[in-house]
Amino acid sequence: MTIRLPAFDYLTPETLEDAAAALADPDRSVIIVAGGTDVVPKMKRRQMTPEVLVSLSKIESLRGIRRDDEGRCVLGASTTLAEIHGSSLVPEVFASAAGDVASPQIRNTATLGGNLSLDTRCNYIDMSDSWRQASGYCLKDGGDTCWVAPRSNKCWAISSSDLATVALALGGSVKLTSVRGERMVPVEELYNNDGIAYSTQAPDEILVELVLPKDCGRATYQKLRRRGSIDFPLLGVAAVVSFDDAGVCASARIVVGAVASAPLRATEAEEFVVGRSFTKEVLEEAGRLATQSVRPQDNTDTGSRYRKWMVPVFVEQALRAVADTSE
Amino acid sequence: MSGAFSVVGERLPRVDAMDQTMGKTQYVDDMTLPGMLVGRHLTSIHAHARILSIDTSRAEALVGVHAVITGADLPITYGILPISQDEHALAVGRVRYVGEPVAAVAAINPEIAEQALALIDVSYEPLDEVVTLEQALETDHPMLHGDGLGQNVHRSAALEFGDVEEGFARADYVREDVFFFGGNTHAALETHVALASYSQTGKLTLWSSTQVPHYVHRTLEKVLELPAGRIRVIATAIGGGFGGKTDPFSHELTAAKLSMVTGRPVKINLSREEVFYAHRGRHPVLMWVKTGFENNGQITSMHFKTFLDGGAYSSYGVASLYYTGALQTTTYRIPNYRFEGLRVFTNKPPCGPKRGHGTPQPRFGLECHLDKAAADLGLDPVTIRQVNAVEPFSTTVNHLRITSCALVECIDKVVEASDFTVKRGRLPSGRGVGLAVGAYMSGAGLPIYFNDMPQSEVQIKIDRGGGVTVYSMATDIGQGSTTMLATVVAEALGLEPRDINMVIADTDLTPVDLGSYSSRVTFMAGNAAVTAGAKIRSRVVQAVADELGVDPAQVVTKGGRVGVSGDLDRCVTWAEAVRLAIAATGPLVESGGYTAPKLAGTFRGAGVGISPAYSYSACVVEVDCAADTGLVKVERVWLAHDIGRALNPLLTEGQVEGGVYMGLGEALYEEHTFRGGLHRGPSLLDYKIPTALDMPPVETFLVESDDPEGPLGAKEVGQGPLLPVIPAVANAIHDALGVRIDEVPITPQKIVAALRNVSRGRPGRIGPETIPDFEFSRLTRVEPPEGFVTP
Ligand SMILES: Cc1cc2nc3c(=O)[nH]c(=O)nc-3n(C[C@H](O)[C@H](O)[C@H](O)COP(=O)(O)OP(=O)(O)OC[C@H]3O[C@@H](n4cnc5c(N)ncnc54)[C@H](O)[C@@H]3O)c2cc1C
Repeated sequence: MTIRLPAFDYLTPETLEDAAAALADPDRSVIIVAGGTDVVPKMKRRQMTPEVLVSLSKIESLRGIRRDDEGRCVLGASTTLAEIHGSSLVPEVFASAAGDVASPQIRNTATLGGNLSLDTRCNYIDMSDSWRQASGYCLKDGGDTCWVAPRSNKCWAISSSDLATVALALGGSVKLTSVRGERMVPVEELYNNDGIAYSTQAPDEILVELVLPKDCGRATYQKLRRRGSIDFPLLGVAAVVSFDDAGVCASARIVVGAVASAPLRATEAEEFVVGRSFTKEVLEEAGRLATQSVRPQDNTDTGSRYRKWMVPVFVEQALRAVADTSE
Repeated sequence: MSGAFSVVGERLPRVDAMDQTMGKTQYVDDMTLPGMLVGRHLTSIHAHARILSIDTSRAEALVGVHAVITGADLPITYGILPISQDEHALAVGRVRYVGEPVAAVAAINPEIAEQALALIDVSYEPLDEVVTLEQALETDHPMLHGDGLGQNVHRSAALEFGDVEEGFARADYVREDVFFFGGNTHAALETHVALASYSQTGKLTLWSSTQVPHYVHRTLEKVLELPAGRIRVIATAIGGGFGGKTDPFSHELTAAKLSMVTGRPVKINLSREEVFYAHRGRHPVLMWVKTGFENNGQITSMHFKTFLDGGAYSSYGVASLYYTGALQTTTYRIPNYRFEGLRVFTNKPPCGPKRGHGTPQPRFGLECHLDKAAADLGLDPVTIRQVNAVEPFSTTVNHLRITSCALVECIDKVVEASDFTVKRGRLPSGRGVGLAVGAYMSGAGLPIYFNDMPQSEVQIKIDRGGGVTVYSMATDIGQGSTTMLATVVAEALGLEPRDINMVIADTDLTPVDLGSYSSRVTFMAGNAAVTAGAKIRSRVVQAVADELGVDPAQVVTKGGRVGVSGDLDRCVTWAEAVRLAIAATGPLVESGGYTAPKLAGTFRGAGVGISPAYSYSACVVEVDCAADTGLVKVERVWLAHDIGRALNPLLTEGQVEGGVYMGLGEALYEEHTFRGGLHRGPSLLDYKIPTALDMPPVETFLVESDDPEGPLGAKEVGQGPLLPVIPAVANAIHDALGVRIDEVPITPQKIVAALRNVSRGRPGRIGPETIPDFEFSRLTRVEPPEGFVTP
């Protein structure tokens, strides 16, 4: 039985202005749909039953990738992950991370805007309605308990976007638009470490584009998943570093994804590596420091212990990848 | 081979390949009948609860709803085994797992059906949940079947062949190990679907994606109380079964009942989540094995204990239980053998048969156990297996008759092709190779319900234009049975498989075949087809011989012609030959049947494990595992399979590759895990079946031992090749990293945990330490069969 969608109205505005106006409807619950690869399954599972879906598919200006006058890479929100993966205009680390998302079929439909706006995930909520009834609705689902950590009053759903982690490490910014106007927000300020209020973006704000700096330094994204395709990250580590002529680290941004409700900067590890050469000991210490700040829970594939063990391994692996000058 | 056969042994595509590839094959879900309604189940949200009341009135009042039924409408119990009829189509009085069907609706569309489900008011009184083996063995929980508190033991078995203690006493070395095999499921691409139509004249037709139309037919007859002759079951094209469609299921009965109530056709297509709950997959098995060896590696005695977590109902459970103890002896000469096994009920979806039914779990334990013993004895994995390998045409201590057996050749093939002996222990750290073997039945020796009728019947009818139609109830679940039957008949008649019209799996049209399970179809339906084909052939040959004035022994059927061997000009076309035969001897319709020889001993449990022939496999797996992440990449798999005769090597290689694929999934990824009674991930995102990227190259070797009783010498290939894959992976990981993961799936977490143990000076092993302290009663002692020679 193909599970059916609940009933909804479907709007396909052709301009950003019309879309913004539609989203500002005070009387009905309205959400944006782009590729729908996350919205559709969630609606089928009755995690949400919006009255109106505003599709961005007809808005041409949201598509495409370009370099602006300052050489920065500007990616339209409706660009598909497959397009990003195949583009030579995009910083290599970002293109390659886009190719690590989900599966080829999903990447052909999934968009950048949807990926950066992805809801947090948890294996107590991304389940059918009858499963959730059997388990009892959780905090994020209108209940009063987080089943992952019943004693906490916070929701522990996981930030699971691969590209959010990378965009944050690269120091990107997004342009948001709504009936109230336009604003640029650094990716760093886009997310909250809270499974419910995971985004600072208002529900009626459209993510228009992502801007990545011209020079991305030496960068890598290391994704942990069990299978060669399909799977969400169990952990994702992005590192962007630069070195001086003597091989000493001049700057570093290290971001750990999929272990909390937002991608997190490992600031202590970053501070530690700056001013040092990447010896084995330095990398080990950086891995240890990065691990201190994260507390993965048992709410995705594999146990929480394993994901915690893997944080230093992946941080070291990432730093080794950017340190390697053999290329 | 080519000398003796014309189409057998050729790499021909399946007769249905084109339709399948072009998307033209019709599955049940592709069917629509006039006035058809959509059926859906309301399922339990409790793992264990009493049903206090069900009020369907609000649902019935919804416009567009035609009927709502509950357990009260289908009160008769059923079950695949006659001895354990413990299922209701819809729960009666009690629910025993989350996902158990409680009520069913029929409505004009899926949206209304779904709304109707939300309007059914069920009031439950939750009961204490029994979810683990340990809880099932405690005495202070409610019994799932029966009243009051007590242990939830479904069935136990205790058998001893020979003298196990004497065997241990004479051993130079004795070793004990404990293993756990996590439960997993079939994950067939097509979900379970049934369409029922009850006609004005009182005839019920059910189209279903089932492996066993005959058993579904019998179940409908029983539960619906209709005469069998008024029920027609058609098994449509099946998008994968693997044992998951081998029971009669609730939705087949509720679709039928809803059609009878509404007078309209009703289709029920289970959601993927419901398929996870319908389950009948691999039992989680905790096992303990103790073996005595001589210094040269020869086994003197073995004691095997298994503990099966059966889930909420019996299903095939009694058979599954005995299977965990039956086939250990088919690969190794074990002179003294004791098996003790236990199956418990728990508040989880019922387990049942999955590819290899009950044997992959002990095979995993046994093959890892042997590698460990070999290491202690200073032997290599090849030697310990060669030393103990069973011999062709022998009898095992537990009374299994072995006929053709190319186990040693299979081992030799994979060891040589993989360079196993050179690689083992010598590859760089993180890389390793592992070896394991297995054996499987070519069909269970006994039918599921006791009877003396043939286990398979095949009919052939020849049209006056030469058209050949074969009728068989064997279901093609992707394994290629339809092609196999066409090939066997084409071979007999000198035609091509694609010339044969196939009518399959329809209880009104086709004679009984028991179904596609226990790897029985090639052996049993194949033999029935050989018999029927030979009868047709001999009548046609006789008529042509008479016409041409030659001895029938000189007449051959080949390339669409029937004529004199060696004298190509003296022949008639197949169509002319057929007309001659019909004119001479009447309608050209023949049938063949197959009944397995009587092989069962007289002891309790003797019916499980017997088979007219066993297939053999050996497998080498090479892995690359990262010590820091525990992620395992399987580099290559070599698998040799003794198939007796490859009727079609293309198809049989496909079965081997499918078995390898499924085995790797079970070894490394797949597990049915629960939090309490709640499935942790009843979806194909959460339940990890390997992707195409995770599948390594497979080198397949088909070994032809020409079984004396097999159809043209053939044996099974659908299940056997899976068996050695799982332990071969475990053994390869040990070779790669020096750690022992004595439970499957072997997740990255377990590998890293084992390595962390090592770095802290503890044993590099992850796995269960102990087994429950359960007193097996009533040990049945059985003398070894007459003529059994102790090695
Ligand atoms: C099987 C499977 C595997 C997956 N694996 C991964 C994975 O490995 N890594 C990963 O990162 N993701 C994964 N995903 C999630 C998802 O497919 C991707 O994140 C995808 O990029 C979402 O894009 P979309 O266009 O389909 O979003 P949609 O489903 O259309 O929308 C997703 C969310 O973003 C909002 N939204 C969409 N566009 C905008 C916009 N322009 N402005 C504001 N809000 C917007 C929507 O309202 C919605 O809340 C997976 C999904 C599936 C089904």
